[in-house]
Amino acid sequence: MTTSVNPIDSPRTTSSEGAPRANVRLEHVTKKFDDVAAVDDLNLDIDEGEFFSLLGPSGCGKTTTLRMVGGFEEPTSGKIMLGGRDVTYMAPYHRDINTVFQSYALFPHLDVFDNIAFGLHRKKVAKAEIRQRVGRILEIVDLPGFEKRRVNQLSGGQQQRIALARALVNEPTLLLLDEPMSALDAKLRHQMQIELKSIQSRVGITFLYVTHDQEEAMTMSDRLVVMRHGKIEGIGSPKDVYDSPSTEFVATFLGASNLLAGEVASRDGELTSILLTTGSTLFVPTSRLPVDLKGKAVKVGVRPEKISIAPVGATVASNRNSLRGRVRVSTFTGVGNQYLVEMPSGTDITVYAQNIGEELAPRSGEEVLLSWPVEHTFAVTPMESGSDSEELEI
Amino acid sequence: MSTLSSSGTSLATEKEQRRPRHLGRFLLPTYSWLVIAYLVFPIAVMIVYSFNRVISGLQLVSFAWNGFTFQWYRQWSNIPGLTSAFWLTLRLAIVSTIIATIIGTLLAIALVRYRPPKFRGKGAIEQILFLNIAAPEIVMGASLLGLFVTFNVARGFLTLVLAHVMFSIAYVTVTVRARLSGFDLSLEEASYDLGANPFSTFRLVTLPLIMPGVLAGALMAFALSIDDFVTSNFVSGSSVPFPVWVYGASRVGTPPQVFVFGTVIFTVGIVFAILSLGLSRKKD
Repeated sequence: MTTSVNPIDSPRTTSSEGAPRANVRLEHVTKKFDDVAAVDDLNLDIDEGEFFSLLGPSGCGKTTTLRMVGGFEEPTSGKIMLGGRDVTYMAPYHRDINTVFQSYALFPHLDVFDNIAFGLHRKKVAKAEIRQRVGRILEIVDLPGFEKRRVNQLSGGQQQRIALARALVNEPTLLLLDEPMSALDAKLRHQMQIELKSIQSRVGITFLYVTHDQEEAMTMSDRLVVMRHGKIEGIGSPKDVYDSPSTEFVATFLGASNLLAGEVASRDGELTSILLTTGSTLFVPTSRLPVDLKGKAVKVGVRPEKISIAPVGATVASNRNSLRGRVRVSTFTGVGNQYLVEMPSGTDITVYAQNIGEELAPRSGEEVLLSWPVEHTFAVTPMESGSDSEELEI
Repeated sequence: MSTLSSSGTSLATEKEQRRPRHLGRFLLPTYSWLVIAYLVFPIAVMIVYSFNRVISGLQLVSFAWNGFTFQWYRQWSNIPGLTSAFWLTLRLAIVSTIIATIIGTLLAIALVRYRPPKFRGKGAIEQILFLNIAAPEIVMGASLLGLFVTFNVARGFLTLVLAHVMFSIAYVTVTVRARLSGFDLSLEEASYDLGANPFSTFRLVTLPLIMPGVLAGALMAFALSIDDFVTSNFVSGSSVPFPVWVYGASRVGTPPQVFVFGTVIFTVGIVFAILSLGLSRKKD
């Protein structure tokens, strides 16, 4: 890496010849601990300059994946490529990768300057340049003049910025972040999310971000994967993964979903009708249906904020799905109302209605008609095991 | 309702506890000072009598107060056997401390970091360390002498160093290990991550962070070595360390210079202990 060009001032652009070069590539990566696969045949391509998140509950293999990319664990099998080079068995101190650790791992015996300069000293960068680059990175993380502070005198948020600065100052090809926000309080976390995203777009370095916080992942990522049991359950932009979850797990882990059991009845061009176990029929765009599901059990899903709530007699446009129910619980949350609407079958459907000043707040006990656009309906294959309820509480 | 009843009971217990607590305020300091006095009194006697005049012709310690003098401090090196024994003990303590600290620190790191199957015999080593501390010194001394005689090793400085390193290692290991047990391994990973190889990482991150433990262990090894009599008596041969010399002299009569050396060693020890305490406070 050249030291004269500072990517902080000149954001990298993706190469001009069409598709961006794959920066990080994982090929059939498996990691077993005592015969249990923490990461199971994982394939992943991360583009240069991308903010990419690994999202999932604890124990899903996201941190193990990150540690393998960083060189702190060796895969049991498979290959890890960085910028076209095989780095699978390369020592971490030879990789052009830097990490922001969950615990920050700032050196307590060194001051802020020596912490940030640690990597540059290892690379034998000239002293004057080190001073200049440390000063500049401290401005970027908004802590100018902190050079002589001791790290244990810093607040959690400041420590996190110093950990980020210590990694970024080396201008790595790839920056790994292992749940860096988990020790911050909610307000600070939200502020740092926005800041981190803006820093990332300024420096243009590829970020690989590990988190169990779905909101965090959606706020910052260009693309994300949802992981479970060491496998990828869903991949894409936050919008794609949220709007068209590929599995029941993704539908429930990423945001809230109403899922209704049913069975594929008939496929009619663009629309597929699904007969619910309760006897009602719902329509799903065929393109959003997992392939080859005719006659098979599926779950039809809709996000709570996509549903409109209306009095029973209201007319429903033909491009909307509708269901009748009775309001069981109605909660005012300030920004809106949250309803639990009980279906005749006994299952509840959650509805979020935004508080935009309409007078139409049904009370509990009232019969209502729920409707939502067909294009916001999705279908997933039901999860086989019930063992995931524990994970979902996270 | 539950809050009410719980505050009621806490009131009652407070009343019951008031009297013993008041008594404790007086008992605890008294007890502590008595223990301290018990520990310090013999040393105080030594220090006081190092300033005692000697009236009789033989320049030996007498435990009648004859008046204050700096004579023995001025004439500290007047007894050649004692002085050379002291220098030998100092050299021995420094050499054995350095060797024991290096071996003990590395052993502590190995014991904390590695487990079987990578580190076979870890359990055995831990048991031996414990035995090494618990075993009566006289047994160790006698068996060491037996070993040296069997292998025909001439007793002297070398055998003293070997013996002192042997009984110091366990103390260094235990001390360093205590410091290492709270060590955040991600600090070393961060160092690798920033381009430092394992050797640089040890030098720049691990060692500075466990330094208070290493220094405490070294101090302990030094203190053990400088006052060791039992083992040294077995393996010293013709090189006589300070404690062995003092023991020999005390059969005839102790020259006051022994108290001078004792006072100086004690003072230096106190200074080091205070420095080490200050250092470990600063680190934390």
